[in-house]
Amino acid sequence: MLYRTAGQFKTSYAADHALFPVRQDAILLGVVLVFAFVILPLTASEFAFRALLIPVLIYALAALGLNILTGYAGQLSLGTGAFMGVGAYACYKLITLFPEMNIVVAIALSGFFSAGVGALFGLPSLRIKGFYLAIATLAAQFFLVWLFQKWAWLYNYSASGAIHVPNITMFGITVAGPRAAAITQYYFVLAIVCIVTFFAINITRGRIGRMWKAVRDMDIAAELVGINLMRAKLTAFFVSSYIVGVSGALFVFLWRGAAEANLFDIPLSFRVLFIAIIGGLGSILGNYLGAILIVALPVIISAVPAMLGLPLASATVEHLNVMIIGVLIITFLIVEPHGLARFWAVIREKLILWPFPH
Amino acid sequence: MDFLNAIFVQPFADMAGAPDFLLQVVWEGLVGGVLYALIALGFVLIYKSSRIFNFAQGIMVVFAALTLVGLNEKGVPALLALPLTLLVMLVLAVTIERAVLRPLVNQPDIILFMATIGITLFLIGFGEIIFGGENKVMITRELMIPTDSITLDLFGGFVSIEEKDLTSVIGAVLLVAALLLFLNRTKTGRAIRALGDDHQAALSVGISLSTIWVVVWFIAGVIALATGIAWGARAGVSFALEVIAYKALPVLMLGGLESVMGAIIGGLAIGILEKLFEVYWGQPLMGGNTEAWFAYVVALIVLLFRPQGLFGERIIERV
Repeated sequence: MLYRTAGQFKTSYAADHALFPVRQDAILLGVVLVFAFVILPLTASEFAFRALLIPVLIYALAALGLNILTGYAGQLSLGTGAFMGVGAYACYKLITLFPEMNIVVAIALSGFFSAGVGALFGLPSLRIKGFYLAIATLAAQFFLVWLFQKWAWLYNYSASGAIHVPNITMFGITVAGPRAAAITQYYFVLAIVCIVTFFAINITRGRIGRMWKAVRDMDIAAELVGINLMRAKLTAFFVSSYIVGVSGALFVFLWRGAAEANLFDIPLSFRVLFIAIIGGLGSILGNYLGAILIVALPVIISAVPAMLGLPLASATVEHLNVMIIGVLIITFLIVEPHGLARFWAVIREKLILWPFPH
Repeated sequence: MDFLNAIFVQPFADMAGAPDFLLQVVWEGLVGGVLYALIALGFVLIYKSSRIFNFAQGIMVVFAALTLVGLNEKGVPALLALPLTLLVMLVLAVTIERAVLRPLVNQPDIILFMATIGITLFLIGFGEIIFGGENKVMITRELMIPTDSITLDLFGGFVSIEEKDLTSVIGAVLLVAALLLFLNRTKTGRAIRALGDDHQAALSVGISLSTIWVVVWFIAGVIALATGIAWGARAGVSFALEVIAYKALPVLMLGGLESVMGAIIGGLAIGILEKLFEVYWGQPLMGGNTEAWFAYVVALIVLLFRPQGLFGERIIERV
């Protein structure tokens, strides 16, 4: 019906391997982008921007970074939160040391700090595999968060130990800090997320992406066909941590406005990991679907009792929230272990074949 | 030069100068290490028999301790609350096997790992709703655990030993001995080890996967309860206890994911080393609180030389 492929003939291999093998995919993406760039900003309220749209984009970006490492290169990491922290603190130091620096430049540069730290902690992956590596990345998690607390230079010796985002203007418009408008921040985040996603899609489809996938599927076999394991794994850690670092900088500068070290503690790592897994490992689309689910769900759940008029204390709602998310995670894993992206792929396949069953 | 002196000379001079204090530090570390070893043991048992990296072990400790204290608060006598708590852990094991593990058989490791994080979240929410989030006091006196402290005169100084710590060390030793006996001498124990060696072979000789999983999760629950009592007696019972699960992970790395001995030795080693490092290097040189990451760094360094941990099964890879 909507996805009829009749009349779309492919006459070359290049056409067969194109980014959008079916024309409707491209149209759908166009519709989504129009929604994101035009319709949502026109209709969304201040609350929707701050509580839903901006966090969804930032979490999706962090999950994208993790997905490159875990989904494409097969290296399980539990240290995402700390790498986001590196990005955030690096950006804060850059902004406070060089106040005249453009914030886009600062965010782009802060990603490199995170990428460097990520590659450093990725070094053990050359020897350690599987869950041992996952625990090894926890070393990064705990060490870095400890460093954020103890190294006062990082937060400019402020008494509270927290970093606060100053008002930052770009071309005369305030984009970050207490005086920034939500819609400006939304556009700023959306633009960066789109650019990074564009690069991520191209990297994962190209030679480097194939190298990663070969390593993920079986690293010894990959080595035997001539892939340099060290290069493949370290580039995966580098690129992944870069994206995660950028998302961390956005996380603090365009959403939270202030941050303490324990914000980047292990629950953040797990939240990002949930998004990547529930969205679907090894897919770009999945990160967005997962982020929508994980970010929107608590907002919706906490709104339900009030709508139904149930007299529940907010603490109880909070606990119920945690419980329901736990159940939902298990349910999702049981129903579709390959994530929401696979779910969409199945629906799409059915739509293409519709009305025939096979 | 001062710097090198502070790292390489001064701490050892301090140790030699006050042997009684050193012994006190080692004892504190040992008690902590015993508890790490217990939690790691819970991990190892489940990993061995089902290849599930059970992240929920930490919250099971909290949940067991909370159930015990909560039941006692509701008026159940302590000695009755103990078997009741064990019953709750059994119900939990059966429920987890039925509702979570059985539908997820044969999924990739990471999916099962995420499922145990789901269990963790569920138990956090569930526990907070039922028992409330506030800090509770472990019912040490009702369980007849002595709470005095013994002072030993040694090296011209003294070492103070809390009786409840001594009790938990003795209790842990007994528990581990019973567990080793169970694993090595009984039919069920052999079945657990057989399952750990080869799932398909074990199934084909008639070992029931689901029964063993319930048994293993129940044992993990018993260990969780023992850890919960011991740790709760030291630090009170609250959801903050969950973080000790993170302390057990480097123990696993150090000892190897499949090794019971590794968990015990690794736990003791990490407990003592991190205490020594914190007292002699961490506090004077790095502003303290190094216990948060020291164990991980030690484990990481060991893993660089032995990727399967000190006692883990040799990893053989074929194409």
